[in-house]
Amino acid sequence: MKLTLKIWRQKSSNDKGAFVSYPVDDVDPEMSILECLDVLNESLILRGEVPVAFEHDCREGICGSCGFVINGVAHGPERGTTACQLTMRHFKNGDELTLEPWRAKAFPLIKDLVVNRRALDHIIEAGGYISVSTGQAPDGNDILIGKEIADESMDAAACIGCGACVAACPNASAALFTGAKITHLGTLPQGEPERERRALSMVAQMNAENFGNCTSIGECTGACPKEIPLEVIANMNHDYVCASFKRRDDLPSPVAPVVERA
Amino acid sequence: MATTQVVSNQLHPITFWQSSNGKKVVMAVTGVMMFGFVCGHMLGNLQMYEAPEHINAYGHFLHNLGELLWIERGVMLLAIALHILAAVQLALRSQAARPIGYSRSEAINSSYASRTMYWSGPIVLAFIIFHLLQFTAGYLHPHAQFVAGDVYGNVVSGFQVWWVSAWYIFAICLLGLHLSHGLWSMFQSVGLAHPRISPILRKAAVAIATLIVLGYISIPISVLLGFIK
Repeated sequence: MKLTLKIWRQKSSNDKGAFVSYPVDDVDPEMSILECLDVLNESLILRGEVPVAFEHDCREGICGSCGFVINGVAHGPERGTTACQLTMRHFKNGDELTLEPWRAKAFPLIKDLVVNRRALDHIIEAGGYISVSTGQAPDGNDILIGKEIADESMDAAACIGCGACVAACPNASAALFTGAKITHLGTLPQGEPERERRALSMVAQMNAENFGNCTSIGECTGACPKEIPLEVIANMNHDYVCASFKRRDDLPSPVAPVVERA
Repeated sequence: MATTQVVSNQLHPITFWQSSNGKKVVMAVTGVMMFGFVCGHMLGNLQMYEAPEHINAYGHFLHNLGELLWIERGVMLLAIALHILAAVQLALRSQAARPIGYSRSEAINSSYASRTMYWSGPIVLAFIIFHLLQFTAGYLHPHAQFVAGDVYGNVVSGFQVWWVSAWYIFAICLLGLHLSHGLWSMFQSVGLAHPRISPILRKAAVAIATLIVLGYISIPISVLLGFIK
């Protein structure tokens, strides 16, 4: 299989980037797109050129490291998969694939297809946890959780934090990510005591970073490799609205964003 | 002993209105108020299918509500102003959130209506201004004489001009498009969603928007076809 990879090359955040087209002649249909980039990089190294920088780790769709926009779709044309799970048999001989990094103000570019996703870490630090007392391990069946609740929480907990939702959103909104984290913990009894504080803190941090707003259009859930439902955004708004009315303490202060607002 | 200055990286808290989530709640609440007006207005309009005295008396009744009429107008203006203010601020924020766009991007999971809210909204606003100038103020009534109090006559003479009817039908279709997404999206914004109910809400939003469009555009079409004279 012969393909042309049109890849965004940019040396650093301060550098001006541009697309460079690379013909790749020996593509195996069983390769993932990351392996295709590995093959390209080997040939680039042999030619003495700088290899294409891209993030990857587990290569089985569970770590959330990889991801770029392939032909205008985050993680490529297959639904419910990460870039590392996208095999080349989904493309035809002679196709041209355009590879671009996630584009968002809140995700400053580091190099080529690699962006800085610390803004998502900031949101997690703001409230993506539950506080527990240390001591003896509690009995596993101490708190009973209905299956429907457990399923709802697990569906949200499937989020791997890859950032595809932000990349796919026309507004570069992080609502699906934040909503998934808030739903994951807020629906469970262990997360209930801090539910409102969590919503206020995480929403505040999401707004402090340079993300856009949610217009409920649903591109995020279409691109999400874990197919997280749009419902989690409503859960976030529900908790945020309730907490805004019921709060007795001062509003939580977010930390300085990754990229300062202009 | 040397002292180190501790620089706090804490920002000021973000209030409800400063958050994009809060602004969306405001848009949902003001949106539902405007939707209420759109429904009431359509039901009033459908009196065009009865005798002329009927709708003229209805118009007379509305004009003589006195303070109530001005309270209603004030509330509607406030709702419109807040809806637009929030929309403009959110649009600017979203634009700033992606300074460098994609060389190509494909929509895989969104409706045409949802992607064109920023277009349908302003065009409907322009139409409302024209519409008020034509039928409420009577300031702009092309190719005919506006007669204060004769609602029936004004509607017939107004819609007999083909481009007035065409502009009306076009704007109402855009309003329908705006509502077909907005009526569903408002539930998301205020935090009401359920895997069992949300798909029904989505379909209901499209159905209600279609009914509203049909109710409104039936009148200029009837005038053009000569059913209403």
